[in-house]
Amino acid sequence: MFLINCPFCGEREQSEFKAGGEAHIVRPKQPTELSDDQWAEYLFMRKNIKGIQFERWNHIHGCRKWFNMVRDTSNDEIKAVYKMGEKPPVK
Amino acid sequence: MTKNLRVKSSKLVDETYRISFKFNGTTYYGFKGDTLASALLANNIHLVGRSFKYHRPRGIMTAGSEEPNAIVQLHNGTSRTEPNVRATEIEIYEGLVATSQNCWPSVKFDIGGINNFLSPLLPAGFYYKTFMWPASFWEKYEYFIRKSAGLGKSPDVPDPDIYEHKYIHCDVLVIGAGISGIIAAKTAAKNGFKTLLVEEKSYLGGSTIYQYSEFFKINNQNSASWLEKEINEIKKIENLEIKTRTSVAAFHGYNFLLARENLTDHLPLEQRENKTRQRLLKIRAKKVITATGSIERPLIFDNNDRPGILLSSAIKKYADLFGVACGEKNILFTNNDSVYETAISLIQKGIKVQAIIDNREEIDSKLIKETEKNNIKIYKGYTIVDTFGYKRINSVSIMKLSKDGQKVIGSKENISCDSLGISGGWTPAVHLFTQSGGKLKFRDDDQVFIPNTYPSNQISIGSCNGDFTLDEILINTPKLLKEFLNIKKTEYENIEIYSAFNKSKRNIWLLPSNKIVGKTKSFVDFQNDATAKDIKLALREGFRSIEHVKRYTTTGMGTDQGKLGNMHALGIISETASSKMGELGTTTFRPPYTPLTFGTIVGRNVGKYFDIIRKTPIHEWHVENKAEFENVGQWKRAWYYPQNDENMHEAVQRESKAARDSAGILDASTLGKIDIQGTDASEFLNRVYTNAWSKLEIGKCRYGLMLNEDGMVYDDGVTTRLDENHYIMTTTTGGAATVLGKLEDYLQTEWPELDVYLTSVTDHYATISVCGPNSKKIIQKVIPEIDLSDKDFPHMSFKNSKIGKVKCRVMRISFTGEQSYEINIQANYAKSVWENCMEAGKEFNITPYGTETMHLLRAEKGFIIAGQDTDATMTPIDLQMDWIVSKKKFDFIGKRSLYRSDTIREDRKQLVGLITDNPEEILEEGAQIVADMNKTPIEMLGHVTSSYFSPNLKKSIALGVVKGGKNMMGQKLIIPMEKKQINVTVTDPVFLDKENKRLNA
Repeated sequence: MFLINCPFCGEREQSEFKAGGEAHIVRPKQPTELSDDQWAEYLFMRKNIKGIQFERWNHIHGCRKWFNMVRDTSNDEIKAVYKMGEKPPVK
Repeated sequence: MTKNLRVKSSKLVDETYRISFKFNGTTYYGFKGDTLASALLANNIHLVGRSFKYHRPRGIMTAGSEEPNAIVQLHNGTSRTEPNVRATEIEIYEGLVATSQNCWPSVKFDIGGINNFLSPLLPAGFYYKTFMWPASFWEKYEYFIRKSAGLGKSPDVPDPDIYEHKYIHCDVLVIGAGISGIIAAKTAAKNGFKTLLVEEKSYLGGSTIYQYSEFFKINNQNSASWLEKEINEIKKIENLEIKTRTSVAAFHGYNFLLARENLTDHLPLEQRENKTRQRLLKIRAKKVITATGSIERPLIFDNNDRPGILLSSAIKKYADLFGVACGEKNILFTNNDSVYETAISLIQKGIKVQAIIDNREEIDSKLIKETEKNNIKIYKGYTIVDTFGYKRINSVSIMKLSKDGQKVIGSKENISCDSLGISGGWTPAVHLFTQSGGKLKFRDDDQVFIPNTYPSNQISIGSCNGDFTLDEILINTPKLLKEFLNIKKTEYENIEIYSAFNKSKRNIWLLPSNKIVGKTKSFVDFQNDATAKDIKLALREGFRSIEHVKRYTTTGMGTDQGKLGNMHALGIISETASSKMGELGTTTFRPPYTPLTFGTIVGRNVGKYFDIIRKTPIHEWHVENKAEFENVGQWKRAWYYPQNDENMHEAVQRESKAARDSAGILDASTLGKIDIQGTDASEFLNRVYTNAWSKLEIGKCRYGLMLNEDGMVYDDGVTTRLDENHYIMTTTTGGAATVLGKLEDYLQTEWPELDVYLTSVTDHYATISVCGPNSKKIIQKVIPEIDLSDKDFPHMSFKNSKIGKVKCRVMRISFTGEQSYEINIQANYAKSVWENCMEAGKEFNITPYGTETMHLLRAEKGFIIAGQDTDATMTPIDLQMDWIVSKKKFDFIGKRSLYRSDTIREDRKQLVGLITDNPEEILEEGAQIVADMNKTPIEMLGHVTSSYFSPNLKKSIALGVVKGGKNMMGQKLIIPMEKKQINVTVTDPVFLDKENKRLNA
């Protein structure tokens, strides 16, 4: 079970958090102008990579804030956490 | 048969404290400190159980948690009964009652023993192969398979014991209190780390604590005496906590571990009352030191499973620690030096060693020389090819091994015995290490898997790290600790060590025999009766992956998870398939390390503490008025209020009639309520609901439908504009938390520029809904100052008001299709306002109604329930709710998905009304809907989502989803049930008052 360093509260048990899928997928500004394929790309397609992955997490049983995490899915190492809107601190 | 095989008092067993216990109905005696296994052995009892598949007689094999055979049922037939308890772990107490498992009528005469003679008919995969056909017979087979499956009996009455969970945080966790664990705990604690040392046994010191031999010395003392002093010292260290009888069950990522602490299992039953039996420790450690030791390997040869055959180390332990001889004529069989330690211990205690059979040829070992001095015959370069004796071993056959170890040569020789100790070397207990995600490497020298890469801040030390001898442990452990704890120096730098152990080993996974493999029963997994033959068969049948061979042969799938034999299974696969051990890998070690009771896992979360129960502030009134309750998520909601002897149907018919004829009252407090404020609140609602909100006037209410981004209906509810920048949104009862979460998500991540604040106020306000033609009069009596005239207070509007001095909000909104008012009031006043309404409504026969009537009333009106009439595949268009989807709005959540090629299909399932030809016939919710019964396969068009008998319409009504249903109005369809077909007609989903006359009346 992870120990997650919430950018607002500090280190907390994973059980306080909810995972929210891949990060940095921006909702299209003008969805009406997209083709079905382009919309499907936004709506359904996720990378689900083995290795370094950028993810959204929510401190749902804490401050309720959303934030981003960089995690190596192959060994569950959390490389970094950062606030929404911030640039990822690692590549 | 019973003899006293006590040889010498030992320090673990207190011979002044005699304890009586029952095994299979007979009373025996042991001493305080004995395990059930040591006490049985002292009474010369080896036969403890029957094996799983062949029902072969089985005895005690080990002296620890790795025991595969000696598993018993405790206190059978009582509330404290427990199956599959290892006799080697349970400490005896006065009144202990244990029985053998998997045998009938008794362990000595077991009918299932016939399987042993039928074994040629029971190969690996027997069940898969045999019970495949004919398929229709499966149900008959299942009865017998279930009967013969499983070992012990699970209790059938509630567990009287108390269990709890506890969180522990520490700097350093040391798992295992053998010599390396003690050194680690002392070093960590003395260097200022807050340290926790856990040990599964009742005593500290591991196997060194009874190593009094002159052949293993530390600073010129025997190793046991040296370790005793260390133990006495660590008990005094303040920042070191020691927990015995505590077994680590799971080692998860980020150094999160679960351990079971046994508190009362060693006490007589009458001393356990009102005490916590077991504690599940949830440990978060900054650093973990694994010192779990190693498990002795058996040797794999024909009939290696008879009662009386034990691991050599177990025989030594029973003699040294418990003062018990496992036999009077012992033979030892080995491929390494370990059995000579056993032999020397037995000689010292005056227990006869008949002979030693050593796979190895001449070895220069001090231990062997010492053994030979005592005139014990050692057969060097020999192997056992068979054993004899049904319920207890009585002799072995031995033969000379060929030079390459591949076959046996020469002639057979028989030696009699009553006990056989076997040693195939040692396997590091890497279970916890691999659970944590650690990767192993294979060490070819002595054929062991040892830790290689660590996934978290942890190390393995001692024999679980492959350091098997005293000198290796004492040299390597301090080195590893210095680096791991980042300290300069330990107390163990200039220590003098003497170890007589010669490390040479002749590893042969499957010992050769004079018989072909197919004719032997060489057990690899003792608990599950998997033999070398089974593994070879699996390979012949094409299985290659170790994980597949495991499942096909069931090797390692017992309650012991194959702690003894898994390595041999790997070895045999590797040899047979000519693949390298290191490349083959191991099967996955899964938690728990040893079985946990359900009680420990659930802790205090039982009975009424199983889940949170949410009650409305009016709950007590419902209880007093004999409501039946239904669970809606965590909420208890009044379901219906039966009067006299009414059943549910009768009560609901009465309630729904009263609500339409005069007045009904509903506790709607469970509806989710979200307070929305901020200058962008209107814009926000525009984006999350399908309809337009900017023009909603202050004081008005509007129904809204919320979609997922994929266009599917997610939740619905009425939102009221309280002020320019202030709304209150209601959600479904079950959806409240997820709706709030979803809205927060969009606000924080997609639209952080919006000035909007969301607050859940579900529990702060209670909601009382009064509906029916007389609702206006009742509300007027309860709130005299409010103007309820239709002109001033029309349907879908809201007013602030007061009841006495208490502020309230009144909304004129309706989920029933009747004229209806909802009073929202601070929760702590709710019950009295409810009672006011009941009092005021008395003259109008105001009738409290529950969720069932609510569902019926809304169905008459064709209102959907999100989650009942919708699932995650219904768009608003599918629900025939096109009217609520704004065409003008530029965007809202899910808008783009409403015209994807899939969502615009005409033949999607659409919501329709269904009227049965026979008005008395009530459809079953979930029933399938078809059009043509003759077409094969019959095409399923949809299913019934809601169905009721309407007392107001005096007929059965139902809602359902049907493919292309929108264009099927008036068409006849069929609901096929088990014994009949019901004919229905597709209609509009609104059954009552399409013109909304009642709402506005």
